[in-house]
Amino acid sequence: MTDPTNSNTDAAAPMAARSSMPGREPSSLFRFEYAPALESTAVVSLQPSYGLFIGGRFVKPKNGGSFVTINPATEAPLAQIALADEADVDAAVRAARRAFRSWSALAGKERAKYLYRIARVLQERGREFAVLESMNGGKPIKESRDVDIPLAAAHFFHYAGWADKLEYAFAGRTPQPLGVAGQVIPWNFPLLMAAWKLAPALACGNTVVLKPAETTPLTALLLAEVMQEIDLPPGVVNIITGAGATGAALVGHKGIDKVAFTGSTAVGKQIQSAIAGSGKRLTLELGGKAANIIFEDAAIDQAVEGIVNGIYFNQGHVCCAGSRLLVQESVAELVVSRLLRRIETLRVGDPLDKNTDVGAINSQAQLDKIRCLVQAGVAEGATLHQSAWPLPDKGYFFAPTVFTDVAQSHRIAREEIFGPVLSVLTFRTPDEAVQKANNTPYGLSAGIWSEKSSRVLWMAEKLRAGVVWANTFNRFDPTSPFGGYKESGFGREGGRHGLAAYCQFAEDQAGAST
Amino acid sequence: MLGGLVTHAGEALGNEQMVDDRDEPVAHLPVGSITVMAALVARSNPPDWVRAFAAGAVRIPAVDAVGLEARAAALTGRSIKKASKIAALRLAIECMDLTTLEGTDTPGKVRAMCAKAVQPDPRDASIPSVAAVCVYPELVAIAKHSLQGSGVKVASVAGAFPSGLGPLPTRLDEIRRAIDAGADEIDIVLNRSAFLAGDLARAFDDIAASKLACGAAHLKVILEAGELGTYDNVRRASMLAMAAGGDFIKTSTGKIGVNATPPFALLMSEAIRDHFEQTGVKVGLKLAGGIRTAKQSWQYLVIVNETLGPDWLTPHLFRLGASSLLNDVLMQLRMQATGLYQRPDDFTVD
Repeated sequence: MTDPTNSNTDAAAPMAARSSMPGREPSSLFRFEYAPALESTAVVSLQPSYGLFIGGRFVKPKNGGSFVTINPATEAPLAQIALADEADVDAAVRAARRAFRSWSALAGKERAKYLYRIARVLQERGREFAVLESMNGGKPIKESRDVDIPLAAAHFFHYAGWADKLEYAFAGRTPQPLGVAGQVIPWNFPLLMAAWKLAPALACGNTVVLKPAETTPLTALLLAEVMQEIDLPPGVVNIITGAGATGAALVGHKGIDKVAFTGSTAVGKQIQSAIAGSGKRLTLELGGKAANIIFEDAAIDQAVEGIVNGIYFNQGHVCCAGSRLLVQESVAELVVSRLLRRIETLRVGDPLDKNTDVGAINSQAQLDKIRCLVQAGVAEGATLHQSAWPLPDKGYFFAPTVFTDVAQSHRIAREEIFGPVLSVLTFRTPDEAVQKANNTPYGLSAGIWSEKSSRVLWMAEKLRAGVVWANTFNRFDPTSPFGGYKESGFGREGGRHGLAAYCQFAEDQAGAST
Repeated sequence: MLGGLVTHAGEALGNEQMVDDRDEPVAHLPVGSITVMAALVARSNPPDWVRAFAAGAVRIPAVDAVGLEARAAALTGRSIKKASKIAALRLAIECMDLTTLEGTDTPGKVRAMCAKAVQPDPRDASIPSVAAVCVYPELVAIAKHSLQGSGVKVASVAGAFPSGLGPLPTRLDEIRRAIDAGADEIDIVLNRSAFLAGDLARAFDDIAASKLACGAAHLKVILEAGELGTYDNVRRASMLAMAAGGDFIKTSTGKIGVNATPPFALLMSEAIRDHFEQTGVKVGLKLAGGIRTAKQSWQYLVIVNETLGPDWLTPHLFRLGASSLLNDVLMQLRMQATGLYQRPDDFTVD
């Protein structure tokens, strides 16, 4: 960059290079590299192995089974995790059942105190939770730090507020707890999904057996330590770890009254048929293939940011991800060129680097699935565009990807990829946008980008999706209900609506013959 | 690829003709029409784009305030450490317009500031000079003399700064006098009165006439973004100032409450990118007002880096207008070198 022989060569130019900055030629650009800015992992103290959290204590699994959880960004093992089998699930459900009587009898304002304590500890230990979440799940530290952990705390705060006001949540009806809830949560937002599940259940007076995903159990186990720290009565929250078989044992257990599941549509369907006729209540929050719809009058630069946030946030491991871009044909070229330029600036790499925008894919299995669907996209004739950002040698990474020339019939336009892969389709009129957006088995979310509010409202009415964002995407708030249409599931989480999934009503029972 | 339309116009005319132009009063050109623009169109490249702009055919996308501010906040959240911090801070100095614009400015103060501009840190000769000093027209000659041979440019505000509401002939005369006194760069203000009244042609013509008056000197157009009321207006004003021949667009005078902000920097960078895509002409960005800390300076460099790219990370196309910023940057550079913060008194106050 500093070649003294080059000084003054630019003297004829109107704003010549000065002698104090020799050789500042167009060919020797200043490259603004960002030095690594790693969040320290010292705040996290991992144990070599973790037991099951049953009845307020960490206990060894009855058959001694275990599995290893890793850091997907490095493939290095982090800890040995207990594998719960049917006997362990039974112990956990019995602990929850024992705790139910006193927990449900506790005054709402007393239950609220525990929830407030959880929320406060999540805030106090926020950095620890954020670092651990990024280590175990691969998500960028700026997301776990700024989104996952604060939102998890906010959910506990929100439902703490409801605990002593339940009778006001449902006019003319008297809410009562259901009993024991079996909750199975996914790996994309491990702590946040635990908060979504636990907070309303506990506020309504239920007790819980929670199973985190097998690839991301660590923040849930740290949350179990928090439950001990705040003296939550034993058995109110039980956390058991394991894979699909553990989850199946939990939802199939006779001692639970309610199943709440967030995850894939395939597993959701299995659960629904497995518990049919059992009398268990069920809420499912499943997959999605959301349309992010850009009209020609949209604020284009902000829409491009919304597209990026819609599909590359959390590596696209978001059930409500805006994975189908529907862009009005008149601005399609402009939007796509901006987008392709923008993805080159996404920094892919170490999740613990504060400047990382896209972290690691959660597991080898998920990476394989993404690769398989991307290959299908190429084979079906769509045009592949990928960021040239260098990927780390180790760990599971996938470059931010855009497909153009996508048809509605392509697999990449219909199937949930759950990765950083966007399919671009075009439309000509608002009617066509609605038709294409709704033409999917799913219906979890949608986005509309337009400066014309009458059109936004018209669209929002016609889109069959549980959440419709206008001029934003992937924004979450504990006061706002979240859930799907069609194969995206049923039931709502969040807000006042989220309480209904964990209550029964005295009036209903009085009228029922059973 | 330096500068805007009239850079080419000047080349086309040749220097002699430019001198002739400057000797003639430009005020005879009808104002409030597109006559000046038409004159430019005839001589400039690419004329089609200016014509399209005048006809309203150039697309100026809407701005969503929430999204703009969120993106600006995300960019300012970049964590700049170690080697990248040092490189950014050195670049911030190289791109700095060291500024004094007070009614109390004296030759003595300007001379002292010029010495600082050439050698910001007397204890460390490796620290580069700043890009320019920025003063009122009356002090241009003093600055020019003080900076002789240093390579540091002299920028002068002109054109009834900071309101811009003097008579146009007076404003143009002020520009010419500043240039005659030795100014290399002229910072004028957008005619916000005309702009906000909807008289875009007049706002355009004022800038175009100022550009003619500048001749070879570079013209920076201050939008005074904090007075324009909406981000949409800031984008519109940016496009207008670039179409009219501004070589730089600049956020603020530093004379009102709201000055340079990350959203303004991002938005104006996007407008510059749009203009470049439409015309192939690279217009510069100057951020001024309220930039006091080293951290702010690298935050702005990040915004430019990730919006316009490394081509703009040069004093030819990026400036930070500031007065107290320099010492904070020096203090941070010393901190990076020694691991210790020095006392404020270890840096010269000029």
